Amino acid sequence: MANKDNDLVRLENVAKRFGPVQPLKNVNLRVGRGEVLGLLGNNGAGKSTLMKILCGYHPASEGKMFFDGEEVNLRSVTHARQLGIDCVYQDLALVSELNVYHNMFLQREPVRGGFLGILDNKRMKADAQRHLDDMGVNIPSVDVEIAKLSGGQRQAIAVARSVYSDARLLLLDEPTAAMGAKEGAMILDVINRLRAKGEVSVIIIAHNYAQIFDVCDRINLLRDGEIVFDKRAEDTSVQELTDIVVHEYRHAAETLNE
Amino acid sequence: MLSRIGGIALRRREASIFVAGCLLVLYFQFTTSVFVSYDNIGTLTQYAGATAVLAAGEVMVLICGELDLSIGMVYALSPFLMYFAQQAGVPLVFAIILGLMGAALVGLINGLITTLLKLPSFVTTLGTLFLINGFTLVISGGFPVQPESSQAFANVMGGNAYFLIGWAIVIALILQYVLTQTRWGLHTIAVGGNLDGSTEAGIKVKSIKIRNFMLCSTLAGFAGMLDCFRIGSIDPLAGGNEIMFMAIASAVIGGTLLTGGVGTIIGALFGAIVLGILKDGFTLSGVSAYTFDMILGGAIIVTMTINVHLNRLRERGRV
Repeated sequence: MANKDNDLVRLENVAKRFGPVQPLKNVNLRVGRGEVLGLLGNNGAGKSTLMKILCGYHPASEGKMFFDGEEVNLRSVTHARQLGIDCVYQDLALVSELNVYHNMFLQREPVRGGFLGILDNKRMKADAQRHLDDMGVNIPSVDVEIAKLSGGQRQAIAVARSVYSDARLLLLDEPTAAMGAKEGAMILDVINRLRAKGEVSVIIIAHNYAQIFDVCDRINLLRDGEIVFDKRAEDTSVQELTDIVVHEYRHAAETLNE
Repeated sequence: MLSRIGGIALRRREASIFVAGCLLVLYFQFTTSVFVSYDNIGTLTQYAGATAVLAAGEVMVLICGELDLSIGMVYALSPFLMYFAQQAGVPLVFAIILGLMGAALVGLINGLITTLLKLPSFVTTLGTLFLINGFTLVISGGFPVQPESSQAFANVMGGNAYFLIGWAIVIALILQYVLTQTRWGLHTIAVGGNLDGSTEAGIKVKSIKIRNFMLCSTLAGFAGMLDCFRIGSIDPLAGGNEIMFMAIASAVIGGTLLTGGVGTIIGALFGAIVLGILKDGFTLSGVSAYTFDMILGGAIIVTMTINVHLNRLRERGRV
């Protein structure tokens, strides 16, 4: 465990059981400050369970979690968020009926007039526009309702909102799923800008590793509830990952035939 | 130019019901020739005033994704609370405030049962509907009483038709402002539009719902008081389910969705006025009340169909 102090989050020997099912056996995972980690794995490898443990939705059955150098026991999603761990869901997070800047500021709206809570729309609008420009999110206007935006734009806004609310670790679950090439490219561009700034750490869950490979600093592979592969992106290649996956498929096919 | 006006009409939810209202006024003025007159507009506001106040509160509840069926009964209960407080020696203004607090308490109960015991608000308020109706009948003994106040005070409290509609308009404007320009309004829309997302964002969704139930009930109580000063009698059988359904109809044809997240108070005011225009116009033209109900029913179905389909267009960004 080199340069421990540089880790924003670290899991040690984490296991999760649901009755007889054990989606996570023994996970050791670390994400550095400002690092983008790509977490790959087949369906059923335990990716979603791992994500839910990280964002405070499930408690781990065994193992330890460290955040910012301290051991933490996440009690709830709210608790995780207070620490700065934010899971971005494409559909869950935003209110379709509200416009972009109201969504960006939801529950943190700047107000005038004290207890009356009159919204400072002008400020929200300007701040939202500046922040989205900053992150490279392209939308027609911050005035439009979320319902009128595409899936990619929504995802980008959800990410932008989390970053703006001082998130320190973003968990992105299949951020480019069900998206066209252009849309996916916008999301990846947003992640790239975050990475260049280095203020936020990101874990991207994906099974389309070719698409996210370029934005990741490091790649981890989850198989049967364990991290079986951990390499810096520059030390591996899409080809190597493909070979591993193909090998896995063949192996699975052979055991099936036996 | 025309297409621009058309565009605004399609974008603004209130616009279509406003246009419908104008056309109806023109039609009735043409056929009865006395429709636009001081006296008749006075009559018209009697049909629309209290319903508009009830609808304003109901819209807030509908937007946050709930429904309040008990408002017609709170409308009848609240003036009695005022009356009994007055009988006990409380000055009129404070008696009114006590009556409104009683109404707010019903809202609090509706809200608490719905959010904490997790009952659908349809069921909760169906229960309180009967409960409050029975309670009002018990405390009144089933007999109407008369409000005691000076004529001038009664006039301001809705006895004068223009004051009545004035209250309705002021309340609608204030609530529309609350809905579109304050945190409360924004969170109300957010809770109705995306309950999970709002919870995730840290909005106190239960508090928002409870507050809107309380607002809605208080306004229902106030509407009941306006009408008791207008009519000069506090009737345990006044209002009830008919005025409740009229208020919901006003909200719905004004552009508020029952599914939550979408609604407008001004639209509901227009909706109540349009229903008033229809009722008043038919009375003037000598059309029977039965026909009115048929037209009301048709109007709800037609406007809802248009609303739903316009919504789809809006969401695709075509309009």
